[in-house]
Amino acid sequence: MQRIAWLIPVLPLAGAAFHGLLGRRAGKKAVTAVALGTVGISFILSLVLFFAAKGADAHRLDYTYFEWMTVGTLKVPFGLVFDPLSTVMALVVSGIGALIHLYSVGYMWEEEGYARYFCYLNLFVFFMLTLVLGSSLPLLFVGWEGVGLCSYLLIGYYIETDYAPAAGLKAFLFNRVGDLGMTMGMMALFATFGTLTVADILVKAGHMSPEVTCGVLTFATLMMFVGATGKSAQIPLYLWLPDAMAGPTPVSALIHAATMVTSGIYLICRLAPVFELTPTTLTVVAWTGGLTALFAATIGLFQRDIKKVLAYSTVSQLGYMFLGLGAAGFAAGFFHVFTHAWFKALLFLGAGSVIHGLHHQQDLFKMGGLKAKMPITFWTMVIATLCIMGFPGTSGFFSKDEILYLAYLKSPALYVIGLLGAACTAFYMWRLMGLAFWGEPRDHHAHDHAHESPWTMTGPLAVLAVGALLAGLLGIPKIWGGHFAIEGWLEPSLTYGKAEVAEAAEHGSHALAWGLMGLSTLVASGCALAGFLIYSKGTAAEEAFAERHPLLYRVLSNKYYVDEGVETFILAPVRWLGNLGWKLFDVILIDGVGVNLPGAVTRIAGDFTARTQTGRVRNYALGMAFGTVLLLWIFLK
Amino acid sequence: MIPWYQNLPLWVTFLPLLGALFLLFVPKGSRRTFELGALAFTVADFLLSLPLWFQYNRHDGGVQWAFSADWIPSIGVKFSVGMDGISLVLLLLTTLLGFIVVWCSFTAITERHKEYYIWLLVMQFSMLGVFITQDMFQFYLFWELMLVPMYFLIAIWGGPQKLYAAIKLFLYTLAGSVLMLVAILAIYFLQLKVTGKADMSIASFQAMAGVIAHQSHTFQILLALAFFLGFAIKVPMFPFHTWLPDAHVEAPTAGSVVLAGVLLKMGTYGFVRFLLPIAPGATKELMPYFMTLALIGVIYGALVAMIQKDMKKLVAYSSVSHLGLCMLGLFALNPNGITGGILQMLNHGISTSALFLIVGIIYERRHTRLIAEYGGLSKTMPLYATVFLIMTMSSIGLPGLNGFIGEFAILQGAFQAAPWLAVLATTGIILGAAYMLWLYQRAMFGPISETNAKMADLNLREIAYFVPLLAAAFWIGLYPKPLLNVLEAPVEKLVRQITPTYYDQVDLTKGQKEAAKVGMAGMPAPAEAETHEEAEPSHGGGH
Repeated sequence: MQRIAWLIPVLPLAGAAFHGLLGRRAGKKAVTAVALGTVGISFILSLVLFFAAKGADAHRLDYTYFEWMTVGTLKVPFGLVFDPLSTVMALVVSGIGALIHLYSVGYMWEEEGYARYFCYLNLFVFFMLTLVLGSSLPLLFVGWEGVGLCSYLLIGYYIETDYAPAAGLKAFLFNRVGDLGMTMGMMALFATFGTLTVADILVKAGHMSPEVTCGVLTFATLMMFVGATGKSAQIPLYLWLPDAMAGPTPVSALIHAATMVTSGIYLICRLAPVFELTPTTLTVVAWTGGLTALFAATIGLFQRDIKKVLAYSTVSQLGYMFLGLGAAGFAAGFFHVFTHAWFKALLFLGAGSVIHGLHHQQDLFKMGGLKAKMPITFWTMVIATLCIMGFPGTSGFFSKDEILYLAYLKSPALYVIGLLGAACTAFYMWRLMGLAFWGEPRDHHAHDHAHESPWTMTGPLAVLAVGALLAGLLGIPKIWGGHFAIEGWLEPSLTYGKAEVAEAAEHGSHALAWGLMGLSTLVASGCALAGFLIYSKGTAAEEAFAERHPLLYRVLSNKYYVDEGVETFILAPVRWLGNLGWKLFDVILIDGVGVNLPGAVTRIAGDFTARTQTGRVRNYALGMAFGTVLLLWIFLK
Repeated sequence: MIPWYQNLPLWVTFLPLLGALFLLFVPKGSRRTFELGALAFTVADFLLSLPLWFQYNRHDGGVQWAFSADWIPSIGVKFSVGMDGISLVLLLLTTLLGFIVVWCSFTAITERHKEYYIWLLVMQFSMLGVFITQDMFQFYLFWELMLVPMYFLIAIWGGPQKLYAAIKLFLYTLAGSVLMLVAILAIYFLQLKVTGKADMSIASFQAMAGVIAHQSHTFQILLALAFFLGFAIKVPMFPFHTWLPDAHVEAPTAGSVVLAGVLLKMGTYGFVRFLLPIAPGATKELMPYFMTLALIGVIYGALVAMIQKDMKKLVAYSSVSHLGLCMLGLFALNPNGITGGILQMLNHGISTSALFLIVGIIYERRHTRLIAEYGGLSKTMPLYATVFLIMTMSSIGLPGLNGFIGEFAILQGAFQAAPWLAVLATTGIILGAAYMLWLYQRAMFGPISETNAKMADLNLREIAYFVPLLAAAFWIGLYPKPLLNVLEAPVEKLVRQITPTYYDQVDLTKGQKEAAKVGMAGMPAPAEAETHEEAEPSHGGGH
C-alpha cells in the first residue's frame, strides 16, 4: 500500500508537468486525456486507501518516505497520513476535482490557454492533496502555500485584463498574511512540543489538560486560526474571495468553494486535540465564524453579479463551519465542509452553465426566464438551493442544524446570529433563482441565444446534484433516528493521541433540538418564500427598495465599503510610508547629509586650498615670509 | 607534497587568475576569443569545484583541505588556505555564478571586451580567495582586492551615473574595511602582548576569544563595533545601505549579479567567521541593537522596494530586506537561526542573481528598466514569464523552492531568541510578496503595447544559464537535507564558540524530556510544562 500511496498526489503533478512542458504541442485532446486521467486515477487510489485505512489499526496508516529536512533541532520527515479525516478530504478533492476537470473541458474548450489552464488545475490538485495528506505541518504548509500559488495563477488566468491579475495578487497577499500567522503558529507549537509532526504533537498534547496550558499554546492556536482566516476567507481576511471570482467559473467552484477555502477548517480539525486545550481560541473561532456568517450573508443580499452572490455565500457558509468548530463540534464543522463541497460546487457550476449559456453575462438583472431554456441547469440548481437554505431532509439541513444546535449550547447569542445568517441565506439564494430562472427575460438578445450546456458540463451537474442530496445521509442526527455517523467515523482522527477519550456528554434535550430545528426551518422557509415571491416578478421591487432606503442599499451593495477602507487606511499609508522613508532616510538623511554633504565639503575645501597653488614664485615667497615671521614670533615670544 | 587533487580549493581559486593572465596575452581584436576563453575558464573552474562537495567530510566542523606555507614570518603571516562547510557552500555558489555572469555578458558588453573579461576573472579570483583563506593578513588582502575589479566593472561598463556609483561603493566599503583593519591590528597586538608570539592565522584569532573576554568592557565593545561596521557596510545593513541601490542600478548585469550573488555575502560571511567567534560576549551584549537594525532593514527595505519605479532598484532594495532577514537569523545565535542565515545567503545568491539576470534580459531588448514601460509580456515571452515566476516565488519564500527553507529556519531561530522580533519580521515577508508580485503583475500581465509585443522570448543561451539556477532553487527547496548535512557540523562548532555550554543545556533538557516521556503515562502534565519553561532561557543565548 505504501508503494502506491504516494502516487495520489504525484500523479496530478505529473499531469501538470506534462501540460506545462508539452501541452501546447500535444494538442487539446491529449491534454484532456492526461488531465482527467491523472485526477481520476488519484480518485480511485484515494478510494483504495480510504478502505485500507478503514481496515487498519486505529483507522490510520502512517507512511514515512524519507527524511525531508533537518535544521538544528527540527526534524521533518516526508510522509503521508491516511486516516478518516484525510481520506474523506482526499476523496472530496480528487472526486469533485475530477468532476470539475470534466466540466472544464466543456467550459474552457474555446480558450487559447487550454493547456495552461489544466497545468494550473492539475497542479492545484497536487498541492491540495499534499495539504490534506501531509503528515507534518511543514509538508502541510507546502500544500497550503502551493494551493495559494495555483489560486493566484488561476484567478489571474485572463492575463490580458487588468482586473484578473489584480484580483490574483490580492488573493495571494491576503493569504500571505494568514500564512505567516500559520508560520508563527508552527514556531510556537515547535517551541512547546519540540516537533512539527502532527501525530507527535497530538500525542504530546493528549497528555495535557486544559488547566495547565500556558500562553504559548493559546498563541499557537490563535496564530493557526489566523492562517485559517486567510485561506478560508473569514473576517478580517475575507476580502480576497469575492474578487477571486475574476477567474474562470470552474475554478471558483473547485478552489474557491469546494476545496481550498475549506482547508482552514481542515487544519483546525487536524489539530483538534490541541485546539481543545485552548478554550479561549475556540471562543474566538466561534465568534469570528458566527459574525462572518451573518456579515457576509447581509452583503450577499443585494449583489447583482451572480458569482458575487455565491462568493459571499461561500464566505458566509465557511463562517458556519468555523462556528461549528468553535463550539467544539469538530465533526459538525467538518460535516458542513463535506455537504457544502457538493452543493456549493453545484451552485457554481450551475452559475457557470448560465454564464456560458448567456455568453459571459454575469449580471442577474440582465437574466430572467431561463427555466425553460436550461432545464438541467435549472433543476440541479434548485436542488443545490434547497440544500444551502437548509430545507428539511437535504444535506445542508442536517449539517447546518447540527452547527446551530451546538452554537446554541455554546451561547444563545451565537445561535441568534447564525439564525439571522440562515434567514439571509435563504432570501438571497431564492432572489438569485428568481432573478435568473423565473420572470420575463430582461435582456432579449442574450435570452434568444441562450442554450443548455454540452454534456461535459451538465453531466457533472447531475452527479453533484445526486451527491448533494445524498451527502446528508452521513450525518442524520439522533433525533431523526440516525446516529450522526460522521462523528463516529471521524472520531479516531479528532481524538488521536488522547490519553483517555471522554464520553461525549449529552447536553440539551430532544425538545430543545426539535425546537431549534423547527424555528430555523420556519425562518429559512419564510425568507425563501419572500425572496422567491419578490424576485420571480423581476427587479422592480429591489429598485423601489433602493429608492426608499438609499443609504442602507448603497452600504450593502457596496459591501460596507470595506475595500475602500483598506485602501485608504492601510494600503495608502504603507505606500506613503515607503515614499516618506525613502525620501527622508535614503535621499535626504543618509545620502544627502551623510554621504554627499561630506563629499561636497571635501571638494569645496579642496577647491579653496587649491587656489593657493597659483604657480607664481612671488606668492610662495610671500607665504614663506609670513610663515617664517609666524614661527619666529611663536618661538621667540 | 600533497597531491593536487587533495588541494582543490587552491586550484579552484587560482584557475580564474590563470585565465586572466592568459587573456592578457590575447590580442585585443578577437572578441570571440575573450568571450569563449573566459567562459571556458569559468566553466572549468566550476567543474573543478564540484568534487569538493564529495571530498568534504560532513562530520568534521573544522578546517579541511588545510595547506599553509610561510610568507612573511617576521609578523607571523602565512599563506594559509582551507575551508569548512560554510566556506564550501559559498565557494560553490561563487563558481556557479562565475560562469553564468560570463555567459550573460556575451551580448550585453559591446566595448572593451578584453579588459571586461579579465576583470571578471580577477573578480572571481579575489572572491574565492576570501572564502578559502585561513590567514587574517591574506583575508584582508583578498577582501580589499575585490573592490578593484568591481570598481572598474561599474566605472567603465556602467550606466549614466557610473562614476558616482563606483566611487560611492569604493569609499563606503573602504571606510568599513579600515575599521576592520583597526580591529584586526588590535587583536594582533593583544595577542603579541599575551602570548609573545606573532600569528596571523584565523584560528589563533578565534582562539583569542577567551583573552578578549577578559579585557576591559570598552575594548570589547569597540572591537565588536569595529568588526560590525566593517561587515555591516558590506552586507549592507540599514543605515549603511545607500551605496547598494546606486551600485546595482549603474552596474552592468554581470556586475549586479556578482554584487548581489557573492559580494554581499562577504559581509555576512565576515560576521560568521570573525565577529561571532572572536567577540561573542560583546556580540551578545549588542545583540538587541544588531537585531533591531536587522529588523529595520527587513521592513524598511521592503517598504522602499515597494515604491520603486525602476526594476533594478526594486530588486536592489529587496536585497536590503532579505539580507536583513539573514542577519536576524545569524544574530539569533542559535543553530536554527545561524543555519537559516547561511541558507539565506545561498538562497539570496541564487534567486536575486536570477532576478538581476531577468531584469538584464529585458533591459537588453528594450533599454529601459522602468516598470511602467512594460506589461503583458507573458503573452509574447512565455518561457521568460515562467522563469520569472519561479524566481519570484523563490524570492518570496514559497515552500518547495529554496527561499522557504532559509526563511523558515531563520524565523524559528529568531522566535527562540526574541519572539516579537520574529513576529515583526513577518511584516517584511508579507511586504516582500507584495512588491515582488506587484512587479510581476505590472511587467508580465495586463494589455501589451506594440513595442513590447515584438520582444523575443529567451534564446538558447539565456535558457542555458538559467537552468543551473532553477535546478538549484528546486533542489534546495525540495530536498535540502544534503545541504543541511554539510552545514551541521560547522554550525555546531560556531555555536559552541559563541556559547560553549549551549549543547550541554539542550542535551540536559532533552534528557529531561526523555525521562518525562518514559514516565509520561501516569505523569501529571505540569511536569511537561515545567520542562519547557526551563528550556526557554537556554534557547535565548543572549541573556
